[in-house]
Formats: sequence, structure tokens, C-alpha cells
Amino acid sequence: MTLRETAPKLAPEQYEANFADISPRMTPRQAAIEAARCLYCFDAPCTIACPTHIDVPSFIKKIASNNLRGSARVILSANILGESCGRVCPTESLCEGACVMVEKGEQAIEIGRLQRYSVDHVLDCNIDLFTAGVPNGKKVACIGSGPASLACATELAKWGYAATIFDKNKLPGGLNTYGIAAYKTRAKDSLREVEMVKRLGIKFEQGKEVGRDAPFPLLESQFDAIFIGVGLGETWSLDLPGSDLHGVYNALEFIERTKTRNFAEVEIGRRVACIGAGNTAIDVVTAAHRLGAESVHLIYRRGESQIPAFRYEFELAQRDTVMFHWHTQPIRVIAESGAVAGLECVKTRPASGATKSSAPEAIPGSNFVIPVDMVVPAIGQKPVTEFLRPVKGIELKKNGTIAVNERNQTGNPKYFAAGDCVNGGKEVVDAVAEGMAAARGLDAWLGHPRAILSRSDA
Amino acid sequence: MADLKVKFCGIESPNPFWLASGPPSNTAGQVMRAFDAGWGGAVWKTIGEPIQNTSSRYGAIDYNGVRVMGFNNIELISDRPIEVNLKEIAEVKKRYPKHLVIASLMVESKKETWQDIVKRAEDAGSDALELNFGCPHGMSERGMGAAVGQVPDYTEMITSWAKEAARTPVISKLTPNVTDITQIAQAAERGGADAVSLINTINSLMGVDLESFAPRPVVAGKSSHGGYCGPAVKPIALHLVSSVAKKIKIPIVGIGGISNWTDAAEHIALGASIVQVCTAVMHYGFRIVEDMSDGLNAYMDDHHYRTTEDFRARAVPNVKDWGDLDLNYKVIADINHDLCIGCQLCYIACEDGAHQCIERAPITANANAKKNAHKMEVYVPKIIDEECVGCNLCALVCPVDNCITMRQINTGQPPMSWNQKVASF
Repeated sequence: MTLRETAPKLAPEQYEANFADISPRMTPRQAAIEAARCLYCFDAPCTIACPTHIDVPSFIKKIASNNLRGSARVILSANILGESCGRVCPTESLCEGACVMVEKGEQAIEIGRLQRYSVDHVLDCNIDLFTAGVPNGKKVACIGSGPASLACATELAKWGYAATIFDKNKLPGGLNTYGIAAYKTRAKDSLREVEMVKRLGIKFEQGKEVGRDAPFPLLESQFDAIFIGVGLGETWSLDLPGSDLHGVYNALEFIERTKTRNFAEVEIGRRVACIGAGNTAIDVVTAAHRLGAESVHLIYRRGESQIPAFRYEFELAQRDTVMFHWHTQPIRVIAESGAVAGLECVKTRPASGATKSSAPEAIPGSNFVIPVDMVVPAIGQKPVTEFLRPVKGIELKKNGTIAVNERNQTGNPKYFAAGDCVNGGKEVVDAVAEGMAAARGLDAWLGHPRAILSRSDA
Repeated sequence: MADLKVKFCGIESPNPFWLASGPPSNTAGQVMRAFDAGWGGAVWKTIGEPIQNTSSRYGAIDYNGVRVMGFNNIELISDRPIEVNLKEIAEVKKRYPKHLVIASLMVESKKETWQDIVKRAEDAGSDALELNFGCPHGMSERGMGAAVGQVPDYTEMITSWAKEAARTPVISKLTPNVTDITQIAQAAERGGADAVSLINTINSLMGVDLESFAPRPVVAGKSSHGGYCGPAVKPIALHLVSSVAKKIKIPIVGIGGISNWTDAAEHIALGASIVQVCTAVMHYGFRIVEDMSDGLNAYMDDHHYRTTEDFRARAVPNVKDWGDLDLNYKVIADINHDLCIGCQLCYIACEDGAHQCIERAPITANANAKKNAHKMEVYVPKIIDEECVGCNLCALVCPVDNCITMRQINTGQPPMSWNQKVASF
């Protein structure tokens, strides 16, 4: 089965150009000048705005003084995934949005790029800034190898815990490896960070699905505590006629292909429609455009002002000449000899007497067809917490997220959880902050069993 | 339109901007290009028995990514034969009769040798002579340059030798590497100098390579102290120019940290008749004089100054001994709420570095909070008026223009200086 019409293949160098790093690494001179611009605020708003509270002025001043190792230590001790956060954080809504330069009417300091500059230095030079703590005899299993688990396991390793990560995927890193637009970060970038974490002595059991390959009773008998950082699962599928046709893709699966295959091997329609207007939808439409799709459509049932995507993301899609269909709802995927040939849509309007959050209503008779070869729904991710049902005490909320207390502890005291599977889907930096919080909670619950303070805590 | 011409020791300069003796005035080709660019005069690279230079010879200090805030050199006087320099001076004067060429001289401390070079320079057509008593490196080790300028008697003696032989104005160039430069200036005046020029460069070592431990500028892994100049030295030069202006009656040529018309005007306001520039030309070329003239002209027009004499030395009487300052004058800081960007630099500077007179803006919402363009909160610190001593620190560190201003408050007391206070005991 193939797509009805596929986009013409591009030259290999064209793919590379299209997916080139959107925010390239700074040169030493660029970094020095940008670092010198930083005012070194006291009680800096950027630090407050960062969910992991990286001491931004401190790491930037260390770049200015050419102390890159010290700079990276400041970053990574607050956020072990400082490199990928430097690439993928919505900085204009976090640190850079709070930068005092904004109020001064100047461009915010490029905190994200400076952060990446420092961490790249230690990653390039294979400098290990942290050492594992003296073994305290306690073992922790972490389920999932995404940002929350990596952050949690890193903290624990620094305190002397023996941490083992179980992950059902072939490659570690979770969303950072599989699910972020290739022009922001490549799988190899994420894997390089994972290697740094690995060198703390953390074990990775890839391709092992907990509950199936590693039963809960076994885990419980072997580990003193279990951390759950499984994130979210695949995107919700369309509940529309024709949504089972060939040419209807799962958004994350599509992104994953761009991260794990050569670009030329990623199947892409000549005309592509993506449903939804969140950050994942932006990743889909920009990837489709960059893979050579001739026309790319984004379909959203509400208006432009209501899109969940960050402004910066939306502007990326605008620059990629995506066609936006606001107030539009798909009703049927149209087939032609078994393959997707079009998407029938209907215009919408706010329902009468509706609140902001209530669904808009279809305008009768406004049906129209967008001819497309490929449809990618990006309408939010499904929770993947069902596998926890056998575990006594763990409470799942209605939306499938895991209920935790202020220590990130679940209803079963041995289990802790953090990241998207708890918060329902936020940024990488939030998962890191929460993963670290869970490590603290877990450590407190076990009574801070530290042999002696490790160097990184000193 | 103001008239930038300056009457100086009986000669006329097209404007107050001269090239200082140094690499930019090394050859006829350079000096003629400088005149074409608008320089009024050029002090030739010091002429004397030819020397041999090192490689490398210059060093610089960058600050926060900005190049050459301070500069130094271990270069010596001209490395070309005396006769070549004099021939070129004659050539330049022939082609540029209205521009001033000043021969900078440095020879061994013998009367005949000094008087011989004075005559030869004048015969070549130089309009004035500058005696180099300031070079702080290399030449001083051979009993010349600063070795003369650091001893009042030598300065007076050699100045008088030159003066005895000279028909053109004699300018003694002073070194700042002394305890009291006014003593040296007065010695030059006693020796008959028609003017003094200051400052020559300041003893300095530019830094150390922390891998090789070679000081900068590096010469085969070693270095030597050199002469410091560039933007960083302006405050030192201004202080010394004004000190000398208070002590002598002869004209002053201001040198040190001049890169633009404001720097030049400040030197003039503190007593200089002429200013000399070197480092800024070494950085950007002769073309910088265009804006120096243009900017000074505009300033003078705005203030209805016809010539530089109308404001020259106007600031000198305002430079006082500390004991004569009014202790009853009081200012306190004001923070403009609308302009504040919430960086808290004033708070931490005052708290750790001064007098603890600023209230920290709390992280939690407070009355002084406002929102920035990204709807994030900006916390504006608050001056504790009763505690503020009016030191300026907060205003100096504030990154926003006019956000923190110093406001005069009425103490209700008549002016009273320390000296007056002590006298009344």
C-alpha cells in the first residue's frame, strides 16, 4: 500500500539544509558578546521563570570569563538536560520572556543558545562534571527513559543510589530522542546527553516493557522504590469515517520517522493535512514542508488567537508557508482506491451561549474538501498509564494521569511519578524539574540514606 | 560657524587636533594623509639616533567584548635615520605650508647634541619642537625619555639647552610616571619652555598568558613594561592636565585617552590649548578627525563659542581640593518607576557595596510590580530617602539611561566646607 501521490524526493543536501539546526551553535566570539550583554541581575527574573531555576546570570558570567566548564556545571547541576532544554525550551515564554532586556526595549539575552553553547563544550570534550555518590545500598527502578526519568535517575545516582532505567523503546531518551522536530534537535544530540547520564553508573534496560518483560512483583522485590516517568503515548486517533485508511498517520509516529530514518526514506504525501494547532501539530506541518510536501494544511476548529502552540512555533509554520484553515473541522477522510484522497471539512462558529472552552459548532452546509494524500491528526497524546492498573494503590485520574502528593509519591508509597504522565503534557524542562523533585521526595521517604556527601553535593 | 583655528605660542594651527608623536606620524606619507583627512598638526615620531625595535610590541585590553579599551606599546623612537626624517619633514612642510609639523626630539643628555638636533629640525622646517622627556620604556634605560622627565633639574636643564638654540616654540613633553607632575611642569617652565604637553604613556604590563606565563606583549616568551594609553587613561590625563593648569602660566597640550570631540573638549575645558591623539588613530585611522572637528564645531555653535579660547580652562577653577567642597550640599537618588527594568543591580550594589539604602523588591507580588511585554512581573526597588547618602553608586550601575537620577535636596544649611569647618573650631 502506498500513498496516492507522494512528494518528489529532494537532493540529500536539500534535506540537510531544510532540517539544519534552526538555532545554530554560537561561535566563541558571538557567545562572548552575547554573554557580555547580560546585566547579571540580582534575583534574576530569568532564574525565577525557569522551572529548574538554573542560575542564569551565573552561568552566563562564566561564559564571559571563559570558564565554560564552570558554566556547564551551573546549568547541569540544576538541569541535567540543559543542552536539549537550550534547544527546545519555549524560552520566550520562560527565561527570555522574563529577561529585563525586554522591559528595556532591547532583545532578550539569548539564554537558550548560550546555555547550549556551554553544555556543548563539556559534551564535545567528554568532560564529566559529576560523579556518582558513594553507594548507599539502595536501588531504584525508573520506568521510561525520557526527561523525567533521566533527571530523577541522575539526582539519585549523585546521592549514591543504584538506578536502573527500564524502557520499552530501542533507544533511550524518550521524547527527546523520538519526538522533537529534527531541525531543533537530532536523535544523536539526545543520545549524547543520555551517554553523560550513563557515565554516572545508571543502568539502562532498553526494550524492556515493565509489566510485560519486567513484572511488577519482580521489580518490587528487587528495588527499594520505583519511579514512573513514562510520559504520554501516541496521539489520539481520529474518530472519523476513513481514519483507518492508508495515509492517515499518527503524529508522533510521523515525527519519529524523521528522527530515526534518512529523510529520503520518510514517506510523505504531495499534499498533507494536519489536524490540530498545538506544538506537535507545528512539528508535523514544518516537517512535512521540509520533507518536500507541495502543500501543507493545518486544520483547527477554533481561531488563530486560540491556538495552543507557542507564538514562536506558530511563526515557524508561517515561515514554512503552511496554509491555515481556522474555524474548520474535519468530518470525513475521503478515499480513492483505498488511499487517502482528501479531507472533507466543515466551517465552525462558537456555539451560542458558549464559554471560551466549549466546543465550537459546525455551520451546516459549509462542507468543503481539501484534496490531500496524507492526514496527520495531532490532537493531543493518549495517556499510557493503563499498565499500572495491577499495582495496588496507584490512583489514576480521569484523564489517565497519575495522582501524586507533594513528594511526587503515588497512592502506593513505593511508587513515585513525574513528568507528562503526571502533569498531562508540558515542556521538557517541566519534566526535568518534576523528575528532580520526585528524586528528592523518594530520597526523603527512604530517609536520606547517604553514605557520605558526594563531591557534586559539596 | 565656530572658528577652530588656534593661536599657540605665536604660531597658528588650523585646528586643535594634532597627531601625537607615535606610529601614525612615522613617515611623510602618513602625515600628509593625516593632513588631507583634517588633522591640523602632527608631532613627528620622535627623532634621534635610530634604534631597533622588538617584534611584537603592542598590547591591548578588551572589556566585555569591546576591543582596545586600553593599549600599550614597547616600541621605541624612530628606527629611521635622522636625515631621512628631516628630509621628509622638509618635504611635508613644502607641500603643506599651513599645517604644523612639530619635530619630537630625543637625544643623549649632552648640550651640543641637543642643540645640534634642535637646529637641524628647525632647518628642515619644523614649526615647533617637542622634547620627549616621557618615553617610559627602553629609552629611559639609556638615560633618555622618562629618565629626564622624572627629575625636575634634568627637565629644566635640557629644556634650557633646547631653548637657547631654538627659534621656534619649545614644548616639553611630560611623563605621568612621577609622584608630582606639577613639579616637573614647573621645572620645564623655569627652563624656558613655551609649552608643556602631557601625558606621555603610563608604565604598564598588559597581562600574562596563563598557559605559558609570558607577559604581554610577548617577545620570545618574555616582555617588558610598556607605555599605557587609550580610552582607559583619559581620567588620569584629565587630572594631570588640570593639576598642571593650576600651577603654570605657559600653554598646555593635552594628551591621553582622546578618541572623539567630547574627550578633546574636556581636555580643553581643563586647560589644554591643543590636543594630541595617537591610540584612536591606531585603532580607526586618520578619518576620525572629521567627526572630532564636526562635533566640536557643533558643540561650540550650540554654546556660541567663537573659538576654543571661549571655553578653554573654564572647568579649571571648579577642580578643588576636597577640603573646599560644600559638605552641606546633598543629593539623593530617585528611581523612575516607569523606566525601571527590575534588574536589581542598584539594590545589590547599594546593599553590598555601599550604604544599604535601597529596599529590595520582593519576589512575591508587591505594590511596585509592573508587567513587561511578555506579561511577566517586573519588581521596582525603592530608595529609602532617609538613609540615602547620595553616593551615585546606584545611578552609576543602573543600565537604563535616566532611570536613576540624583535629586538635590535642601538641607537648609549654608555652604560649609571641611576647611571652613576646621577653621571655625
